[in-house]
Amino acid sequence: MPPDRLTYNQMVVDEVSDADLDRLFQAFADTTRRDIVSRLLRNEHSVSSLAAHYSMSFAAVQKHVAILERASVVSKEKRGREQIVRIHLVGIERARALLAEYETIWRRRVDRIADILAEDQGEPS
Amino acid sequence: MSVISTTQNPDRLNFTIVAEFDATVDRVWQIWADPRQLERWWGPPTWPATFDTHEFVEGGKALYYMTGPDGEKARGWWRITSLDAPSSLSFDDGFADDDWNPIDNLGVTKTAVTLEDVDGRTRMTTVATFVSAEQMNTLIEMGMEEGMSLAMGQIDAVLAG
Repeated sequence: MPPDRLTYNQMVVDEVSDADLDRLFQAFADTTRRDIVSRLLRNEHSVSSLAAHYSMSFAAVQKHVAILERASVVSKEKRGREQIVRIHLVGIERARALLAEYETIWRRRVDRIADILAEDQGEPS
Repeated sequence: MSVISTTQNPDRLNFTIVAEFDATVDRVWQIWADPRQLERWWGPPTWPATFDTHEFVEGGKALYYMTGPDGEKARGWWRITSLDAPSSLSFDDGFADDDWNPIDNLGVTKTAVTLEDVDGRTRMTTVATFVSAEQMNTLIEMGMEEGMSLAMGQIDAVLAG
């Protein structure tokens, strides 16, 4: 394991703790929760209107929403007798920042592949 | 530049990178199929990869380690979930302990690679999907090591590519 992980995490992920990341990944690890997120990216919903889209119980949908809420992917607000759920953008932005870092790794891999292939044509890499 | 486009899907924790190379599909397939070529680009220069096992068939496994600047080794495994030479390849990629046992709680990255001919060049589309935060962090740390070395003098090579 590289020794400088803490330094690195603070630098790039803006002091997001590993526990935060684990909650984030857990949040997106489930098909229903990803579907809920994609609905909420378009519009806010009440928990009951979300539940109407799925064949599972209201309580099960509420549980999925709670997992998303713990990961800071969504926020929930009581409005009258309804609980309104909406996307909490910071959660998505965190995921985006991490993907951007990983993308850099792949860009460099692509550069190295291009260098290897260039050798075939007698060009110095 | 070889990279044509990249697309991030944060709500699915995956991204797509599309690159084009001045080489035939068969030639680009070789950089995946031949472990000696694969280890020249899979790991960053500061964490070079060595593939001990490379069973390049559907259901096959690969075992590799990456050697860090202080000689430390990070071991990894692939399981090839589909393979259709020379045009497509999917594999799961995870970390392993010193006896090559998968470290399950570090999770898995799923990678799907497609090669296609575009007017004599080869377009390579790679989709990487993460399943765990630990996995992503560790990979990114290794990439950061590379970032340091690039900053210290390899920028020219990248620009020339």
